[in-house]
Amino acid sequence: MRLPRLLNRWLLFTAAVFLIALLMENEYYLTLLNFIGIHTLLVVGLNLLMGYAGQISLGHAAFFGLGAYTSGILTVTYGLNPWLAMLAGMIISGVAAFLIGIPALKLRGYYLAMATLGFGVIVYIVFTEAQAWTGGPSGLAGIPALHLAGLSFDTPWKLYLLIWMVVILILILSASIVDSRIGRALRALHDSEAAAESLGVNTQRLKLLIFVWSALYASLAGSLFAHTMNFIAPSSFDIMFSIKLVTMVVVGGMASVWGSLLGAGVLTILPEVLVFFHDFEVVIFGGILMVVMIFLPRGLVRGLLDLKEFRRYKRQGGAFPV
Amino acid sequence: MEILAPLLQYLISGLTNGAIYALIALGFGIIYNATTIINFAQGEMVMLGALCAISIYHVNPSLPLAFAGGVAMVTVIGLVFERLALRPVRDPSPISLIIITVGGAVFIKGIAMLLWGKDPYSLPPFTSNVPIGLGPATILPQNLWVLGVGALLVLFLEAFLRLTLVGKAMRACAYNPRAARLVGISTGRMVQLSFGLSAALGAAGGILIAPLTLGVYDMGTMLGLKGFSAAILGGLGSILGGVLGGLLLGVAESLASGLISSGYRDAVAFLILLVALFIRPQGLLGGKQ
Amino acid sequence: MKSRASLVLVAVIMAGLICFGAAGAKAEKKPYVIGGIFSITGPASYLGEPERNTMEMLAAELNAKGGIKGNPVKVVIYDDEGDVTKARLHAEKLLKKDQALTIIGPSLTHTSMAVLPITQQAKTPLISCAAGIGITSPAKERVWTFKTAQTDAMAVSRIYQYLKQHNLTKVAILTVSTGFGVSGKEQLTKQAEEYGIQVVAQEVFGEKDTDMTPQLTKIRGTDAQTVICWGTGPAPALVAKNMKQLGVTIPLIQSHGAASRKFIELAGDAADGIMMPAGKLVVYPLLPDTDPQKAVCQEYDKKYQAQYNKPASSFGGYAYDAMMMLAQALEKAGADRAKIRAALEQTKNFVGVSGVFNMSPEDHNGLTPEAFVMVKIEKGDFKLIE
Repeated sequence: MRLPRLLNRWLLFTAAVFLIALLMENEYYLTLLNFIGIHTLLVVGLNLLMGYAGQISLGHAAFFGLGAYTSGILTVTYGLNPWLAMLAGMIISGVAAFLIGIPALKLRGYYLAMATLGFGVIVYIVFTEAQAWTGGPSGLAGIPALHLAGLSFDTPWKLYLLIWMVVILILILSASIVDSRIGRALRALHDSEAAAESLGVNTQRLKLLIFVWSALYASLAGSLFAHTMNFIAPSSFDIMFSIKLVTMVVVGGMASVWGSLLGAGVLTILPEVLVFFHDFEVVIFGGILMVVMIFLPRGLVRGLLDLKEFRRYKRQGGAFPV
Repeated sequence: MEILAPLLQYLISGLTNGAIYALIALGFGIIYNATTIINFAQGEMVMLGALCAISIYHVNPSLPLAFAGGVAMVTVIGLVFERLALRPVRDPSPISLIIITVGGAVFIKGIAMLLWGKDPYSLPPFTSNVPIGLGPATILPQNLWVLGVGALLVLFLEAFLRLTLVGKAMRACAYNPRAARLVGISTGRMVQLSFGLSAALGAAGGILIAPLTLGVYDMGTMLGLKGFSAAILGGLGSILGGVLGGLLLGVAESLASGLISSGYRDAVAFLILLVALFIRPQGLLGGKQ
Repeated sequence: MKSRASLVLVAVIMAGLICFGAAGAKAEKKPYVIGGIFSITGPASYLGEPERNTMEMLAAELNAKGGIKGNPVKVVIYDDEGDVTKARLHAEKLLKKDQALTIIGPSLTHTSMAVLPITQQAKTPLISCAAGIGITSPAKERVWTFKTAQTDAMAVSRIYQYLKQHNLTKVAILTVSTGFGVSGKEQLTKQAEEYGIQVVAQEVFGEKDTDMTPQLTKIRGTDAQTVICWGTGPAPALVAKNMKQLGVTIPLIQSHGAASRKFIELAGDAADGIMMPAGKLVVYPLLPDTDPQKAVCQEYDKKYQAQYNKPASSFGGYAYDAMMMLAQALEKAGADRAKIRAALEQTKNFVGVSGVFNMSPEDHNGLTPEAFVMVKIEKGDFKLIE
């Protein structure tokens, strides 16, 4: 009985995704949802790394950028097929993640954060300075739309279908990874590296695997981003964006695939809503971030569930098991 | 001589910037020691120090007053920040603390933008502005102020931690908070003290470089990141390590931009940092975890 | 259970989004909606803030006069923080939700480039306030895109003309690593040959860098006769200070990005002797009365001072020209985007703050190097040279 229920859930979600799109009469909301989709891909990958494997990365914007720039440069300068360029981007990002991951993942905690941050800074500077390839800070223009069998993904509505199909597939894939043997090994790793090691888990290899895996997601998101914007510039791939991604993971809730969707959604929409506060936007944004983390340190999904449980316990007159 | 002359100049520039990174790195280290938190709002204390001092100077043009006033105001802000943002935290996992301090940094920067606006401000140098010849290189009196006061602050901090009772209590908390509590040290107090102390150090750094770099509401972010890098490079929690990390980073940057490429300056500096970490995962002077 | 709860949450947020959209759909009595996208916060806020202020000020003024053709003007301004994704989202919002007739901005080259694919697709005019030459050229591909900021090429030729007159042939260039600096560097190296000038050193610095002594030390070691610095914000002032510290005595030429009173204030006594090409707004009191721009600049500066208690800046001037030019076009064309575009393209002899505009199908900027004058700073004030 378990499988049909699971299947049901995904079908329900897919239906919801399309229903929502049909309700959006304004293309602006579709564009907003498209960016949420792209951010979700990034956040799911980072969440696998942070929430399940317990390793932090402050340099994920670099893989996002590598995907975007590989797609951009190969299609604009060399006229390559966008799908091949996307694949090339994933290969480059995967190899980069592999090479940086081998030494970096031996580091722990803040030292790992620093190493990934340093990697992010270096890649960002290369985007800015290698002007012959990347167009430098003024950006790379004229990136074509994606094509598939005569269909060109050039309007928000068509892009929405494409991006959210990818998001649904990636969510299903990630959820099944979490439920698999690897997922269990990851959770063991998260709880105690030594214990996982003693149970026969090759922790170093596992960490590397998941690091490369999340870089592949980021690269895929980057390619989609490049073809959605038709234009890319280094400022989209700076350290601040890496930090924002970590924030999305934590606000949504670590070790939760759905939390990733929520975190990406909330933190992409929030600045749009705060736009009405003009210069106060930044202050309010920072304030909300602090308040959410102070009172719901396990993220929105877990936090709200905790509150619900707490209320139920209170209603039943029992004590809340802390 | 032909090669040496620019080298000396690069060194001067690197050491001056490095001294500021070192002060910020010490701020990171002090808080880390007391709480194992990395306070990403540390860079904003530098900015606040510079801007508060500039404002005080505009009301009453006395530099010593501006310095003391700036440091005092920012110390209070550091204490308030700890009380409002960190004390109420329910589940102090390192990652949620990182996000809280990042949020705090964004918040403080936003407030500074509203208070001071987006324009930069200048602060006059502490003493004359005439460059001093130093062999083939030149140095501004303000560079000397940065290096001198920076060194004094480090010595003062070291003495405070080693010789005073409060300092010893702080170190005890860092080694083993539970044992420290058992012998009657109020760990809450020590945490508070560490935030005040590191805010003061950051502010002092900001005021020292303001005459060289101007003060503007968004100057803190980059300085904070560099300070964090310096703290990690030296080894978290080690005072000497922080100083060494800061100076090394400053000099690496300056040499990279002078000898290799100014465009890739930060890339070269961070590459050195990565290599150093891969060789010594606990930082240059950090102890084994 | 957990995932169902979060599904509900997602649904609630989506529903909120929809309501949020529905609420915004109501409209009053047909105002002319003009969109604005500027970098009001973030690293380029020194551009966006005066641009927003100017646009709001002019809209209020137009409405006080009874609007354009009896229709009130409504400006909707968003802040892109210098981020391309935000700029794109705001443009989409202005096009689809606010139904803007024309968009003014963005402030920067890269944000403008990110916005123009969709404004072109939506057949809505865009009047950019950024310098990059690629925004309006090739004009054939930029049918719906205009800009009011002078192009770097003009500032460079102004500087090189001056150098040639004074027989200075070896220059060292020091540019900021943003779109502004990179485009300046491109023009400086490209035009050098034409004027018989040799670029002996090329150095760059970051927008937020605070110490350029290493770069200048390197330049000191070359046989450069002049240093040309291309940057905006506080960094050019620091370059001036650092040069003084190092005792570099060759002349320093700044770009028009540094041409403001704020620069003199920040650089202090290091500002003396620095030359730069400047938009006429900065030096309008010194211009002869025969200069048609004098009156326009004076009027803008007076109005801006009165309202915001700060001197007007050339950046705000870009928005001023865009807004005035658009008002003229709206007067002619009414609420028809294609006609507005055509009217903008036919703008001739339009005297603005940034120059005298003569648009044409081949040129959507419409300015010449005469939009700049060379100035020198003496005793804390600008002086015209020549």
